[in-house]
Amino acid sequence: MGRRCAVIGIGQTKYMDRNLAVSHRGLIRDAANKALADAKMTWQDIDCIVIGKAPDTIEGVMMPELYLADALGAQGKPLFRVHTAGSVGGSTAIVGTKMVASGVHDRVLVIGWQKQSESQATWALSPRIPFQPPLTAGAGGFFAPHVRAYIRQSNAPDHIGIKVAYKDRKHALKNPYAHLHQPDLTLEAIKNSPMLWDPIRFGETCPSSDGACAMVIVSEKYADRSASPPAWIHGTAWRSEPTIMAGRDQVNPLGGRECAKDVYRQAGVTNPRKDFDCAEIYVPFSWFEPMWLENLGFAERGEGWKLTDKGATSLDEGGDIPWNCSGGVLSSNPIGASGTIRFAEAAMQVRGTAGEHQVEGAKLALGHAYGGGSQFFAMWVVGSKKP
Amino acid sequence: MRDIAIIAFAQSANKRNEQIYNEAEILAPVAREALQKAGLKKEEIDFTCSGSSDYLAGQPFSFVIALNAIGAWPPIQESHVEADAAWALYECWIAMQADESINTSLVYGFGKQSMGSPRDVMNILNDPYVETPLWCDTISMAALQGRALIDAGLATERDFAAVAARNLKHAKSNPKAQCKGDFTVDELLRSPTLASPLRKHDCPPITDGACVVILAAGDTAKKLCKRPAWIRGIDHRIDVQAIGRRDLTRAPSAQIAAEKAGVGAGKVDIAELHALFTPQDIILRKELGLASDCVINPSGGVHQGNPMMGTGLVRFGEVADRIIRGEANRGVAHATQGPCLQQNMVAVLEGK
Amino acid sequence: MSEAQSTEKKPVTYINTPVAVKYDYTAGKATSDFMRAVAQGKILGNRCPQCNRVYVPNFLVCVQCAVPMGEPFEVPDSGIVLTFCIVNIKFYDQVLEVPYVSAYVLLDGTDLPLMHLVQECNVNDVRMGMRVKAVWKEELSPSLESIRYFKPTGEPDAALETFKEYL
Repeated sequence: MGRRCAVIGIGQTKYMDRNLAVSHRGLIRDAANKALADAKMTWQDIDCIVIGKAPDTIEGVMMPELYLADALGAQGKPLFRVHTAGSVGGSTAIVGTKMVASGVHDRVLVIGWQKQSESQATWALSPRIPFQPPLTAGAGGFFAPHVRAYIRQSNAPDHIGIKVAYKDRKHALKNPYAHLHQPDLTLEAIKNSPMLWDPIRFGETCPSSDGACAMVIVSEKYADRSASPPAWIHGTAWRSEPTIMAGRDQVNPLGGRECAKDVYRQAGVTNPRKDFDCAEIYVPFSWFEPMWLENLGFAERGEGWKLTDKGATSLDEGGDIPWNCSGGVLSSNPIGASGTIRFAEAAMQVRGTAGEHQVEGAKLALGHAYGGGSQFFAMWVVGSKKP
Repeated sequence: MRDIAIIAFAQSANKRNEQIYNEAEILAPVAREALQKAGLKKEEIDFTCSGSSDYLAGQPFSFVIALNAIGAWPPIQESHVEADAAWALYECWIAMQADESINTSLVYGFGKQSMGSPRDVMNILNDPYVETPLWCDTISMAALQGRALIDAGLATERDFAAVAARNLKHAKSNPKAQCKGDFTVDELLRSPTLASPLRKHDCPPITDGACVVILAAGDTAKKLCKRPAWIRGIDHRIDVQAIGRRDLTRAPSAQIAAEKAGVGAGKVDIAELHALFTPQDIILRKELGLASDCVINPSGGVHQGNPMMGTGLVRFGEVADRIIRGEANRGVAHATQGPCLQQNMVAVLEGK
Repeated sequence: MSEAQSTEKKPVTYINTPVAVKYDYTAGKATSDFMRAVAQGKILGNRCPQCNRVYVPNFLVCVQCAVPMGEPFEVPDSGIVLTFCIVNIKFYDQVLEVPYVSAYVLLDGTDLPLMHLVQECNVNDVRMGMRVKAVWKEELSPSLESIRYFKPTGEPDAALETFKEYL
């Protein structure tokens, strides 16, 4: 995948449902300034800025990076905007990596952001368009039938969805940036939360957040002399497939399987459950944890929920493959940043900078994002050692 | 750096208002035509990238529907930029430089401006705190730029009209052109003003359309195309947006991009400029350092058709086509977005 | 204004910038054909000459093969519930009374489900594989809303094995 590159700086805003303290400018600069400070660099050191977010209807500004060019320190530099639906935060990191891997740039600032409080999210994501069949149940209603299909096919018990939500919210207590901090949350409370889109409960869905996440990605030359620990990028991959296609597997999409195969090949991963120390996976509805465990090859088809059930994915239960130690999308979801956060959190783990939610001695981690109708996938593998 | 070339280009006929077909339906036959020209099956494309705007399309995730047109199965390596598709071409070029297993790329752009009022829609890309509430539309902002040129003594309204006359004349040989014809400067100057000093002919038409470019690397390009249009240099830069903080008679980011792309390293036979308004043509010729013997906009430029979000990519295609056909040896393609030439991309394409 | 006039100069934390843009959407060739048929009480589908799958609504180009689809033809308005969810939440722009069932309905002889409502039974009685039939409005219009909902036919359910490949 071209020249070696590494992440040497990471910055995140505190995720919250309505950040009134900052404008768009303030939000992205908060994350970017922290990433630059972490990398021990300044704005002047940056060659190129790659920025990503989901639909512009959310903030009500068309291609907002254009007006944010000065806030991004981009004057006279290349500024590049990515938009690949929910996977965009991951795709943005991949584009940033390629800018370096290609040999075109040495030091790239990558930012994913969203300020979801600035619009009615359901309108911004699925407005009524004449002639298009009405989406009769919003975004959750789009995924809930697939979750039902998964449960039916795998015979998974009802408590799995509850357990994933509980586990990720407990992880979030160890992450100061997480949106949801619910120290008193119980399994019972999630179980008793309203059944929004049966079989998906309110407690099993992600919040809507404001936030930004930034990373500094540099070439080997700069990573070698960096005073901050590098997270080496061992592989990146992305795949897309159509939303509606006759016979498309929407529970275990082929695009996700092929994307994982591609990135594992690049990173030399043959047994993901054994080879990875942890993973940050895009799980916006709790049932996607067992579904993606299977899709990403951590478990056989129909067996993913058993890993969750046994606590294999839980940091608190000492699981062998902790997923979403940061609290995941279930605890913070600024859509356009959510993928970047997954990629960044994976990098933090192998850099040993994850603080309280650090997996001890983590050497290899997977970052994952998906979007659209389970049709866009972006993944990277990061490690503490040079590939 | 690997050698990467444009080996095929296809575009829909530029139309003022396509009422039968939607975006994906406009795009599908264009993609088929481009693949056919390149002699490739869709499964032989290693990477795909597109450019479009949700606000222009009037709905979020508009690019997801467009994906239906290209047959993304088995799952493809794909990405999308919320920008003119020229930036999608740039991403393909980067992906091919970064990964030697990517030997072919398909780039597409589409826009259906007729669905909304572009003059209003484009206002939504201004600063939402201090500019959007003023509802300063694109034509008015471009008029400020034209006025700045006149006040600085750098151009006259006659110069603007001459740019339009040249574009419309060139468009006569472009079968896809929406606007074309022989007009004298004096004729044009008799037309009414839209936003002083700009008249109708100084502004781009409203166009529905789609375009597709296919890239190939090294030997693959040579195998598939007799005379590929090699990308010898490509770069893009941005300036601040607020027009009050810029010298509107200049486009510094275009100058940097041209320098980095190496425009000045040899004689430029042709250039396709993404100058939406005639004053921008005058600014760009200077910033890019184009000599007087360079043929500007042989296709008729933006004035013959403006399928927004694909318009910049069309510039690449029009230059490449002329190189592939052997009509030019070295050409410059330019793309822009943002008000008054805020962000600019420049590439040098060569037949050798 | 009140904030600007305040002598305490409280920070401005939020402004509203109302923006309205009008769009005239283009349905497209395939959707136009489909909607015209719906206005006559018919559901159209068409077949891809390459992969042989039947798409509903009809498409101009196969999303899988990228080749032009065959001529549209009428498909039955009965089929099975592939999978579904029970909606208990009122969200933006939603006019239906909760709870209601939103389902993927696979019409007989077709390969792509339609998303629609299932009614005339208790929401808890809806099952994957249940047979359903369209209930049309009296006044038809070029809109999928000409179908009020799908209702159970009472025929035996389809076995999971027979529709697994569509999930």
